[in-house]
Amino acid sequence: MLRKGFAIAALGLAFIGSPTLAATTQEEPKAVHWSFEGPLGKFDQAQLQRGYKVYREVCSACHSMNLMSFRNLGQKGGPFYDPEFKNPNDNPYVKSIAKDYQIDDIDSETGDVVKRPGTSADKFPNPFPNEAAARASNGGALPPDLSDMAKAREGGPAYIYSILTGYEEAPKGMTVPSGKQYNPYMPGDMSGFWSLDPNKVPVGGFIAMPPPLAPDKVSFDDGTKSTVEQQAKDVTAFLTWASDPKTEERKSFGLAAMIYLLIFSGLLYASYRRIWANIAH
Amino acid sequence: MSGHSNYEPKSGFEKWLDVRLPIIRLGYDSIVDFPTPKNLNYWYTFGGILAVCLGIQIVTGIILAMHYVAHVDMAFASVEHIMRDVNYGWLVRYMHANGASMFFLAVYVHMFRGLYYGSYKAPREVLWLLGCVIYMLMIITAFMGYVLPWGQMSFHGAVVITNLIGAIPVIGPAITTWLWGGFAVDDPTLNRFFSLHYLLPFMIAGVVGLHIWALHVPGNNNPTGVNVKSKEDTVPFHPYYTVKDGFAISVFLLMYAAFVFFNPNALGDAVNYVPANPLVTPAHIVPEWYLLPFYAILRAVPDKLMGVVFMGGAIAMLFLLPWLDTSKVRSMRYRPTAKLYFFIFVIVTMILGYCGGQLPDNKIIPGLTTFQVAASDLNSVVWLSRLATAYYFAYFLIILPVLGLTETPLPQPESISEPVLSHPANAPAGAAASPEKRG
Repeated sequence: MLRKGFAIAALGLAFIGSPTLAATTQEEPKAVHWSFEGPLGKFDQAQLQRGYKVYREVCSACHSMNLMSFRNLGQKGGPFYDPEFKNPNDNPYVKSIAKDYQIDDIDSETGDVVKRPGTSADKFPNPFPNEAAARASNGGALPPDLSDMAKAREGGPAYIYSILTGYEEAPKGMTVPSGKQYNPYMPGDMSGFWSLDPNKVPVGGFIAMPPPLAPDKVSFDDGTKSTVEQQAKDVTAFLTWASDPKTEERKSFGLAAMIYLLIFSGLLYASYRRIWANIAH
Repeated sequence: MSGHSNYEPKSGFEKWLDVRLPIIRLGYDSIVDFPTPKNLNYWYTFGGILAVCLGIQIVTGIILAMHYVAHVDMAFASVEHIMRDVNYGWLVRYMHANGASMFFLAVYVHMFRGLYYGSYKAPREVLWLLGCVIYMLMIITAFMGYVLPWGQMSFHGAVVITNLIGAIPVIGPAITTWLWGGFAVDDPTLNRFFSLHYLLPFMIAGVVGLHIWALHVPGNNNPTGVNVKSKEDTVPFHPYYTVKDGFAISVFLLMYAAFVFFNPNALGDAVNYVPANPLVTPAHIVPEWYLLPFYAILRAVPDKLMGVVFMGGAIAMLFLLPWLDTSKVRSMRYRPTAKLYFFIFVIVTMILGYCGGQLPDNKIIPGLTTFQVAASDLNSVVWLSRLATAYYFAYFLIILPVLGLTETPLPQPESISEPVLSHPANAPAGAAASPEKRG
């Protein structure tokens, strides 16, 4: 019974675990190796710093990160964490990043709307005052908030990296709507835009964002060669960290919890064998 | 909770309390001295595992409620605030979210165990019915809880499920409006779902109390399905089953922890990390994995009202089961034919789960187009769901009632101790393990 049950359970998991298919199609995301993969994986701080630079100089022109504050950059596991400054609000690097931004505020004396330099407690400012403004500046498309991007897309980091590096010339026979780009890694249904063999509709979809990265578009202070792949990889690492900034705390806590539970299970099993030793069952 | 009590108050305080509120006696009789069949296998540890699941969900849920904001503009950000800014908030939230999946995983094993060993048969019908009530409350609670983060799937899932009630003729639309607290799923809906999501777990806990009470009157069933005949057949619950259940709970927690710490979002849908937007419908609305079989049954029926009826009927079958199964033999160990149909039933529920996660028009065998029946290709998920749904209902309405009257069961042991003592592994070397009694 037990063995049969396990076999059936395994079969069931195989069924449930198979990916749910949608009517839309897309290319499988590229296989990329990440330092933060697996139960012991950690973020590479230098990569997070480069990734933040890409976000700040390229992405943040259009994309908000409403869930992020400057202080997050200096917290444990963050791109600018410094063990000397346990409180990230005191981190001088974070403070100077924040100071570069002008934040809307109210003058407490006069009630006037004023601008003041940012502090580490401020949230990342939104590039647009509202959704309508964001759409107006982007041909009607709304650049999605990037705070949760690695959690909010099927495939996570691999998907983000593939989109950023996956732009290609639309195949002959495809009509690309104006203001859109073809990207094979974008989920979509191309059948309405395809004039050739209906059984060979290309996979992929249209994306309103033009290819955002270009060689040497961002200069890396640590001398890393600034290719499109490198920029994409770094900014993906940054976005993955930002989607779940407590990842490293979670994994190290988890390792301890697993070891504890393993030992506890072993002790309980030994007790079980001993207590039941004289009972025929 | 019932029957003879062996509790003897020792200290003066215990004696004083025992004649006023015999609560120590209750505890002693229920979880220390309670005579339990000695042949319970690991499938019987899931009751204890479920009690732990309920406890974890209530404790983590109370903490989450301290930080959560039930408002359409703030719910999503408040959940992220819990994950990002609250000390160990990520732990509490991931335990709660994955805990729901673990709870359902355990309850499904627990239910299949009851089905296999005939734990719903006399005198345990009320015990089984209370279990069905708990399961229904769990489904409602889980559904409402899934709405609370107010992501895309939360919102659109709530729209789809609440709209099902609108399929009821005449009064359906009015009930839906009443349930929503308005004319669409919106802030009042979120608030009442939060309120009810907080209330229902305590109702579950109450029914669990009744479930355990109803268990302790007839006592545990066991893998042989044979009644306890003598003291030889049982061991006291403590320490024998506290340690066995404890070990199983610890192993279960290991698996649970593997999800919470290393793959916390594997069982959820990525789309639910996109804030709810009523104007953008996700490409593919699916419930969490544990409700997929019911979703497949719903979509297998072409008519909306009949789909809802069949989905409700799938749960109603469980309530009727004690009176549908006509066999007097409890355990399927001694019912080889029924055993075969049972394993097919288990696979069929998993096929239904698979179908629930697919689009109805997806092909089962890729690239093969057969002929159209009832507006769908035979080689499609919707037809597989239909066949599986048919088996699901046939199992309860035809197979179990007929089989109990026609099958020839294997000989059952005289008592629980008999197969235990005659088990080849326990028999003295060279002794014949009563071959005449073995099927």
